[in-house]
Amino acid sequence: MERLPSWVRQHLAALRALIVLTLILGAAYPLLVTGVAQAVFNGNANGSIIDKGGKPVGSALIGQKFTDADGNPVAKYFQSRPSAAGDGYDPTSTSASNLGPEDILDTLPVPGAKDDEGNPDEGKQSLLTQVCARSKAIGELDGVSGARPYCTPDGVGAVLKVFPAVGTVTRAVSVNQACPAAPFIATYQGVKVECGKPGEDYAAGRTVAVRGDAKAVVPADAVTASGSGLDPDISQAYAELQAPRVAKERGMPLEKVKQLITENTTGRFLGFMGDPAVNVLELNLALDRG
Amino acid sequence: MSSTFAGVLFIGSLIIVLGLTHRPLGDYMYRVYTSAKHNVVERFIYRLLGVQPDSEQRWSVYARSVLAFSLISVLFLYGLQRLQDKLFLSLGMAPVTDHTAWNTAISFVTNTNWQSYSGESTMGHLVQMSGLAVQNFVSAAVGMAIAIALVRGFARSKTEGLGNFWVDLVRGSIRILLPIAFVGAIVLVAGGLIQNFAGAHELTTLTGSPQAITGGPVASQEVIKELGNNGGGFYNTNSAHPFENATTWTNWFQIFLIFLIPFALPRTFGRMVGQVKQGYAILAVMVTLAVVSVVLLNVFELAGNATVPQAVGAAMEGKDVRFGVSNSATFAAATTLTSTGAVNSFHDSFTPLGGMMTMFNMMLGEVAPGGAGAGLYGMLVLAVITVFIAGLMVGRTPEYLGKKIGAREMKLASMYFLVTPTLVLLGTALAMGSPVQRASMLNSGPHGLSEVLYAFTSASNNNGSAFGGITVNTTWWDVATGLAMVFGRFLPIIFVLALAGSLVKQAPVPASAGTLPTHRPQFVGMVVGVTIIVVALTFLPALALGPLAEGIH
Repeated sequence: MERLPSWVRQHLAALRALIVLTLILGAAYPLLVTGVAQAVFNGNANGSIIDKGGKPVGSALIGQKFTDADGNPVAKYFQSRPSAAGDGYDPTSTSASNLGPEDILDTLPVPGAKDDEGNPDEGKQSLLTQVCARSKAIGELDGVSGARPYCTPDGVGAVLKVFPAVGTVTRAVSVNQACPAAPFIATYQGVKVECGKPGEDYAAGRTVAVRGDAKAVVPADAVTASGSGLDPDISQAYAELQAPRVAKERGMPLEKVKQLITENTTGRFLGFMGDPAVNVLELNLALDRG
Repeated sequence: MSSTFAGVLFIGSLIIVLGLTHRPLGDYMYRVYTSAKHNVVERFIYRLLGVQPDSEQRWSVYARSVLAFSLISVLFLYGLQRLQDKLFLSLGMAPVTDHTAWNTAISFVTNTNWQSYSGESTMGHLVQMSGLAVQNFVSAAVGMAIAIALVRGFARSKTEGLGNFWVDLVRGSIRILLPIAFVGAIVLVAGGLIQNFAGAHELTTLTGSPQAITGGPVASQEVIKELGNNGGGFYNTNSAHPFENATTWTNWFQIFLIFLIPFALPRTFGRMVGQVKQGYAILAVMVTLAVVSVVLLNVFELAGNATVPQAVGAAMEGKDVRFGVSNSATFAAATTLTSTGAVNSFHDSFTPLGGMMTMFNMMLGEVAPGGAGAGLYGMLVLAVITVFIAGLMVGRTPEYLGKKIGAREMKLASMYFLVTPTLVLLGTALAMGSPVQRASMLNSGPHGLSEVLYAFTSASNNNGSAFGGITVNTTWWDVATGLAMVFGRFLPIIFVLALAGSLVKQAPVPASAGTLPTHRPQFVGMVVGVTIIVVALTFLPALALGPLAEGIH
């Protein structure tokens, strides 16, 4: 050992250090934590699984979708937020949308066109259009207004491309509304607004998002995908919005449904940490129990 | 209570508790790194290692030990990933592909925890627990060791010895990180984090569709991920995932862990140089920058100034309900002010100016308070640069803590600070210059540039967070970010140790009337100013093309 060159000795010491530290920090430590956790907080350590009729139906911490086989909302259940995890609420493929705050221009699908894999061209919805479409769908499901600022009545982003990019406007296109849709405004600065032609390149124009005067009724969390893709909660506002629908579907008094919402709401810890949240799975299970 | 007021109390409570912990922890770390005694376990470990714990190392030997340990760590972690299917607890996962394994090995050894893979579909429990989590401990211990070696450069005189790397590594891991991690892991399990060795098991949801609930030793890894300022998530969605961050208070606790050691190290520094007030001056610089950044990020996110947040009514895209906008913004500031890079919400969907703040925090060099150890040595180098600039202004020989800042010291300090801007701007330029690499951007326009700029800022500063829309699991990106991480970690470390080696040889200069006092508010203000000006001059053009272009209409 002493006769080895110093750089070899150094690397041998490094290798031994790593092995020793791996045994302590990478084996003994996690095993000890697991032992204590399993003994003291067994339910938590194993994923806070909830049973219904003796069968596990989910985790109290992991959101799930309450939709039928076709992906349509089951009206008697409170609905979760949109999710970007796989096909929605897939714990093996967690993700956020990662779309930016100015992602407002759609790529319209070109009818008849195929993508690289031979599937029909579906275009690409911008984040703004996703928000508008979700808002409209929730409005229809719950019998409220789905209108929002920066959204067209047909549920896409209210965005114009105007030409030329600088100077007096001579042409205006509502780029997210595919022809033959009627543009959400007839004229822009005296110029007639056209509908968007799929496949046409509008990149040269100036982008103008039009706020409009709509006021949103559907809450923010209902139209946005969460960070985890597994958000188990919805806001109190979104729960209250859904309450009349659920009460009607179940023939349950609205007051009773509202009481269950309150019972399944977690307030801010110590009064100031986080935001109040309604656990959707626990609320739906409470409804099933009646 | 309004959300905003609750958010203010959330920040305030963190400041109060960190104010209470920094002194006892800083004093404890002082004792750990200066004690002459080795306990029984440590003596046994040193015997296994074949090192003499009481022998002092010159800076070059110390640096070679760091590099040897890091090289062996990279090779070990690479091998573990490539062979995971042959070992136990792999959950049937295939071997990690070569470029991803290389990138990940470097990423965790350099304390970056940049992840070009998705944890739940790539890594088995053995790699997570015995590979990645081990590096979470030791890479943090390495960072702390470097900081302590630099402090010894100031504290000692007319000698060559900067301490012994193996002793600093073992003590940092076993005496400081391990006990806090153990207690913290149990606390997190109490909050709902999982800790088991199960694979994904399928159940049937209320409406009859299948859902696979994942398992794993998450809590034990989560705690060191935050405490060691590592940031690599067990799962793809990191601290947004309910199994990694179950409740509103585990969120608070994780931010607390992120800040715990970096805010305590200035106290350790003050004790070691024998002038506690010098430590407070450094702490004051860190706190000033951190508070301003946390507040600004909250303001930008709560204001929600961009088209989509305005349409939505709040910047809720990429954020979970239990955290809300404010606590997500505070987490984002904490993770980028330090070298952590964990996320509880997705920065790519932040408002343009909110997203810019996360980048700006990293561009500051992660010194407010920075990573475990890395923050302190970065800030001390900035202090050296500040006394030099101040010395130029008044025409006096600059000195800091009784050590002359001569040509050699200034060259090393300058080179330290040129490393990351070079890597960030060069990397971004190369990626933007190639249509193939540009195609990795998810978003288009200025936001696409922000994704690329963020990627290289994060890798070069060893942060590890991302504007996550970008596709980086390609060979080019894995190699490019891997190189940025290696150079961004080890070149500064070599320069810092060389600086320490040069300082430790000097005899102390007695303070005179001409000495710039470095413990007064005036000096604190100067360091803050120098930090911001250096960063602004370097990165403003890049920021103007990305987040500023997007955010200012």
